Amino acid sequence: MVAAHERVPVAKTYKIYIGGKFPRTESGRYFALEDKKGKVIANVCRSSRKDFRNAVVAARGAQPGWAKASAYLRGQILYRVAEMLEGRKEQFVHELTIQGSTERQAQREVDASIDRLIYYAGWADKYQQVFSAVNPVSSSHFNFSVLEPTGVVTILAPNDSGLIGLISNVAATIVGGNTTVVLASEERPLSAVSFAEVLHASDVPGGVVNILTGFRSELTEQFASHMDVNAVVYCDGGRKVAKTVQEAAADNIKPAISRRGVDWLSDAGASPYLIRDTQEVKTTWHPIGT
Amino acid sequence: MATPENKLAFDGGWDYAPAPESTDHARIDKRYGLFIGGDFVSPEKGRYFDTINPANEQKLARVAKGSELDVDKAVKAARKAYAGPWGRMKAKERGKYVFRIARMIAERSREFAAIESLDGGKPIRESRDIDVPLASAHFFYYAGWADKLEYAFPGRRAKPLGVAGQIIPWNFPLLMAAWKLAPALACGNTVVLKPAETTPLTALKLAELIADADLPPGVVNVVTGAGDTGAAIVTHPGVDKIAFTGSTGVGRIIQRALAGTKKKYTLELGGKAANIIFADAAIDQAVEGIVNGIFFNQGHVCCAGSRLLVQESVADEVIQKLKDRMETLIVGDPLDKNTDIGAINSKMQLEKIDSYLEIGQQEGAEMYQSSVSVPKSGYWCRPTIFTGVAQSNRVVQEEIFGPVLAIQTFRSFDEAVEKANNTPYGLSGGVWTDKGAKIFKMTQSVRAGVIWANTFNKFDPTSPFGGYKESGVGREGGLHGLDAYVRLEA
Repeated sequence: MVAAHERVPVAKTYKIYIGGKFPRTESGRYFALEDKKGKVIANVCRSSRKDFRNAVVAARGAQPGWAKASAYLRGQILYRVAEMLEGRKEQFVHELTIQGSTERQAQREVDASIDRLIYYAGWADKYQQVFSAVNPVSSSHFNFSVLEPTGVVTILAPNDSGLIGLISNVAATIVGGNTTVVLASEERPLSAVSFAEVLHASDVPGGVVNILTGFRSELTEQFASHMDVNAVVYCDGGRKVAKTVQEAAADNIKPAISRRGVDWLSDAGASPYLIRDTQEVKTTWHPIGT
Repeated sequence: MATPENKLAFDGGWDYAPAPESTDHARIDKRYGLFIGGDFVSPEKGRYFDTINPANEQKLARVAKGSELDVDKAVKAARKAYAGPWGRMKAKERGKYVFRIARMIAERSREFAAIESLDGGKPIRESRDIDVPLASAHFFYYAGWADKLEYAFPGRRAKPLGVAGQIIPWNFPLLMAAWKLAPALACGNTVVLKPAETTPLTALKLAELIADADLPPGVVNVVTGAGDTGAAIVTHPGVDKIAFTGSTGVGRIIQRALAGTKKKYTLELGGKAANIIFADAAIDQAVEGIVNGIFFNQGHVCCAGSRLLVQESVADEVIQKLKDRMETLIVGDPLDKNTDIGAINSKMQLEKIDSYLEIGQQEGAEMYQSSVSVPKSGYWCRPTIFTGVAQSNRVVQEEIFGPVLAIQTFRSFDEAVEKANNTPYGLSGGVWTDKGAKIFKMTQSVRAGVIWANTFNKFDPTSPFGGYKESGVGREGGLHGLDAYVRLEA
């Protein structure tokens, strides 16, 4: 209750993010997110398989254009995302706090998230040079290997982290020209939705990042099995989840990339090898002669 | 054959005299055991199978059929070597053993080449000039990496994985063994290798060589057998990594079987490469590229250029020149140095290819085969092309793994890209044009791991190989091939 003379705050509707738009789940379902005391903080979209399929269509549509953007531009856009997040620090700290973090933890996580975006922005025009090669073949050919984005990557974001885990995985994936569909933390979904709003205000083309909220139990297998997805990243779960993801991934021989047990706040959560995980190596041969 | 239309009737009606490679220098034992822990041992269940020469259906040797018990023995031997001498050895010394293998293959190259052609049916010209030298070169290349891994993975320390289970196909038996063994050993792993059922001999000869090279017992183990032997390797809990080359169907089964385990894997699977010929290409060279793309090694090549996409304005010219060129191809005795296309590797594979020839015609495509005569015994397939095919035809979508080419036409650049990428595969591709800008645009547009521009089917130890999409996971060869055999620590 708000006292009679006070202003009534406007509660935010947390929606999902597909193709640069903020729809509600097509299913109309929700789950209530509660704070420690059991008070409802927000009604969160319980996304359906259909939402997921729609998101894959959006991600596939955006992928060629995003991959064609210059590395410099992708770096600048990621930097822009960091700038936007810096400007909304208070909102994110607040959201993490109401989802269970202490003020200090929340502060640290938001700072680290901004820095993580800057870190990957800096890699945009460098990882290619680190991981590419000119190969000294014995025959008279010019032969070189470069990285190319694998395409559409699904991410089952870490459940125990509302922001830094999601941002680390998304940034490492899109900086290399992939597009992605992310399932946000089930326990802490609010920051993911607000992060979508940051992306939306940061020149990230619609469809490059698509963020769904919902139940792991309902969507994990779909994220792994979809035939128009090129790789799946999963960050939680025991052997059973790993088995489900890997088995489903085999439908179209997509790599299932396990990032379980990573401390995303630490430096271990930041590496160009995470970029490389969702890249393919393409080798080109051309004769040398007249 | 000399016909008035054929501009390539070099023989003028004369036959080539036989030019067979002798085989008296090649030693093949009557019977081979399994190579486990540094020795050839009898299989636990005492079962053997025949390996035959597909060119005359004659038996070459009896080979042990490895069971689960044998695989278990081999894995234990590999583990012991990993925990023991091989794991403790300095990288520099380890590398010298791998160098030694490279040199010894070169020394025994003539024997390897002859046996490769006897057991697998490939022309001696190819086993002599491609398979065996490349196998040696592969070991030589990776040997040098053994003590330089810190330069391959900046910011990380590369550690071996442990015991690698490696399952290889029958199309390049020795070369695939080299592709698998060389990086595994250089990175400090030990290995259980299973050669293909129809082509076990050169892997067994390599095991002899490895024993002669004095590698510590158990570093390399060779267990022969069929699919169930491979399955025993895949599911063995003592194996840390699986490397498989073969069909996408089997690759999918392996990937599922590994779900929920900690085993790393690399999969080199099928392909259906488009060889794209633009009107401004050097047409005669392109025709040679088509021939090399699909008829090399009887078309038993995962990266074969099994689809030809030719620009409409030059389609008639290209197809006529291709037919003329096909008439000059000699199909026959793999040991004859004039042979262009050898024997189909097995009866089973021949039946599969023949079934696709039926399917292609039933789907309404027009089939053309060269008029070359083939021997009476053995397994043979004349060079074959299908024209008038649709993108949805099975001969366009599915891997045939034989000397069978599906030909489609295109008008625009975009149509070529669309058709090239419209299969589940993404292993390789080819583009032929004289325009540099077009080459780069096309090599960027084709979704495949290896692209040959104005050339086709070239391989080198320094050059990474492997596929996009359903053609597999991971790379073999080059700097990038090391990744499959290490784990990275911060």
